[in-house]
Amino acid sequence: MPITITMPALSPTMTEGTVATWLVTEGENVAPGDMIAEIETDKATMEVEAIDEGVLGRILIPAGTENVAVNTPIAILLLEGEDANALDGAAVASPVPVAAPEPASEPTPTMAAAATAATPAATDVIVEPDWPSGTEMAAMTVRDALRDAMAEEMRGNDDVFLMGEEVAEYQGAYKISQGLLQEFGPRRVIDTPITEHGFTGLGVGAAFGGLRPIVEFMTFNFAMQAIDQIINSAAKTLYMSGGQMGCPIVFRGANGIASRVAAQHSQCYASWYAHCPGLKVVSPYTAADAKGLLKSAIRDPNPVIFLENELLYGHSFEVPVLDDFTVPIGKARVARAGGDVTIVAFSISVGWALEAADLLAAEGIAAEVIDLRSVRPLDLPTVLQSIRKTNRCVTVEEGWLSCGIGAELSARLMEQAFDDLDAPVTRIGGADVPMPYAANLEKLALPDAAAIAAAAKAVCYR
Amino acid sequence: MAKAAGRVSGAKGSGSKAAKTIVRRRKAPPPPAITKENVDEVLGHYRQMLLIRRFEEKAGQMYGMGLIGGFCHLYIGQEAVVVGMQAAIEEGDTLLTSYRDHGHMLACGMDAKGVMAELTGRIGGYSKGKGGSMHMFSKERNFYGGHGIVGAQVPIGTGLAFAHKYRGSDRLSLTYFGDGSANQGQVYESFNMAALWQLPVIFIIENNQYAMGTAVGRASAQTELYRRGESLGIPGVQVDGMDVLAVKTAGDEAVKHVRDGNGPMLLEMKTYRYRGHSMSDPAKYRTKEEVQRIRAERDPIDHLRAGLLTAGCADEAALKTLDREVKDIVTAAAEFAQNSPEPDAAELYTDILVEA
Repeated sequence: MPITITMPALSPTMTEGTVATWLVTEGENVAPGDMIAEIETDKATMEVEAIDEGVLGRILIPAGTENVAVNTPIAILLLEGEDANALDGAAVASPVPVAAPEPASEPTPTMAAAATAATPAATDVIVEPDWPSGTEMAAMTVRDALRDAMAEEMRGNDDVFLMGEEVAEYQGAYKISQGLLQEFGPRRVIDTPITEHGFTGLGVGAAFGGLRPIVEFMTFNFAMQAIDQIINSAAKTLYMSGGQMGCPIVFRGANGIASRVAAQHSQCYASWYAHCPGLKVVSPYTAADAKGLLKSAIRDPNPVIFLENELLYGHSFEVPVLDDFTVPIGKARVARAGGDVTIVAFSISVGWALEAADLLAAEGIAAEVIDLRSVRPLDLPTVLQSIRKTNRCVTVEEGWLSCGIGAELSARLMEQAFDDLDAPVTRIGGADVPMPYAANLEKLALPDAAAIAAAAKAVCYR
Repeated sequence: MAKAAGRVSGAKGSGSKAAKTIVRRRKAPPPPAITKENVDEVLGHYRQMLLIRRFEEKAGQMYGMGLIGGFCHLYIGQEAVVVGMQAAIEEGDTLLTSYRDHGHMLACGMDAKGVMAELTGRIGGYSKGKGGSMHMFSKERNFYGGHGIVGAQVPIGTGLAFAHKYRGSDRLSLTYFGDGSANQGQVYESFNMAALWQLPVIFIIENNQYAMGTAVGRASAQTELYRRGESLGIPGVQVDGMDVLAVKTAGDEAVKHVRDGNGPMLLEMKTYRYRGHSMSDPAKYRTKEEVQRIRAERDPIDHLRAGLLTAGCADEAALKTLDREVKDIVTAAAEFAQNSPEPDAAELYTDILVEA
């Protein structure tokens, strides 16, 4: 029976891709290891090899077709002794995914829930936008917003440069730096060896020397190798030098939960860095904030930790069309107004909070959602203003609750809003375990809209 | 039957530039003789070394009196290294080192008063009293610290070299570290990037024989530290770090090599510290006789003093005048450091962030 070749999943988060080029034509022989097609994802273009020997019987998805879902049949391979007649039956045969099938009770991939929740809900009304009313808006992914922010700042200041693993020729492991090498050249877009401790220290030295480095960590998990340079050198030197030695540097990259990559590659570092004086720490949710905050971070004379989320890179948001749009560091955003309960979140958890607000609205509870955007400095006034109205607060984060951002908010609200609270502040966060690999366990380790809605109802005594 | 398309062969595009330098292990060039032509320069070295020696002796004394707190790592014995190297560089070249940094600061022209006042934790110190012995800086004098974490200054110094090159300047970075730091991983990460990108940096290993209490041979599988860059193509030279003229000569050669755009170079300075690792070092790891022998036979200041006198280029009276000048500087620094007030309580919350 002919073999149906299906669209492969080329990364943990890939759900669809583009069949860019067919490298073989119908009727051509292929052997195992032969390149048969180029598949383009939002991160990279990759060549796909044949596994079996045979004749390419039919191309089902022509070159140039976009948005081809993973597991869609893309071609049929005739095995030895089979002729074109065999194609008739095969073309309609339903493909069987290579991966182990999901349990019947969970038909969707685990992380799809998180990814879907990250899509801006229709009710994601920005209450006080950071741009003038009437500004033209355009849909843009978080990925492109980050790239544009860097490109704009690099155009404006020759001292700004980008360094990190795979940022130049590969165009970024997550394609964030796409096109930057072509525009700015190898002097300013620099591929580093895999040497986080070393290149972080080198970036700090360059910043001491007056340059404005953007250091990309492929993910913040790998910044653990370099955390001594970030804290001891970048964050503390201004103080230790009595104000002489500023360190204008941005450390940016994917932080927090990813998809099915287990404990060492899926962790939120917001509270780690937010703990340390001498740093600013931002973690945006929308593309507009990603762009506006990254531009502010690059201009900031201090070390800024810029925490992105891989699962958000491909999501589109409305971004103002302005020549020079920035968002101030340290200012939260009211993502949705409501009078009954305040839900405070940041990064990907804002999406879950907005979804929870929808669930709550269906039950007659009006939730106000605050997107912190920065976790150091924390915009407590915006949170306090909301609490004075709602008298209830639920905090949400993807990371561990112990000593987390929610713990910090709880303590500050107890100190500064004790009399305004009608219920204890309730924290929602990741399970207190290293991130498991198994799909069902990973899902259990993460907060979701239902848990947030339940907590919000509880603090409303409903 | 269906299968997903096969193995992914990886993204396209690759290609990297390998370091081009061939390893050249060189012998250190011989130091020049002291003559009438170079005597002023040599007297300058003598005076600088003496300033460091007297300053450090005074710091040790003040530590004993409780005027200086915390860790205090004295440079006594190693003076020839920094004085010789500083004489080889030019204005605009940058330097940085570890926490054994007082000598480097004096050698690059920082004011003894400001350094001593930092040791006593006073507002008149280079860091307003907030950095202490291990953390001082002077952008004005191109001194970039003063770093407390063993080895952490090495990538930072490499980054300063990166900044020089990025700007298209011909300045270079002197990155000092010890035989202890020489075993830190980030040192090799730095060597690799410096060689890969041909950065203008001179790595100077001050091999004073002991990483705190551990002799080099007990911690290093390869004790010829000047060879540590060999696999990356970084030329290395071993230098008598107790002879300021030998250091200066090797420094001149290294500076020329690096400033000519040939990428990094490594100098191993064989030197010795007379005092403990810090003030609280019981020194059980070496004998008193060993220290005495090196003091007697290889002391950089005595050696140069004898050389000046033997060559007939200076007399006792002239050297005594220098001694007095240096003593006066140190006395004034000690007075300033005791009279400068402690930082105002409000300083606790300043200099955490630069106000944008």
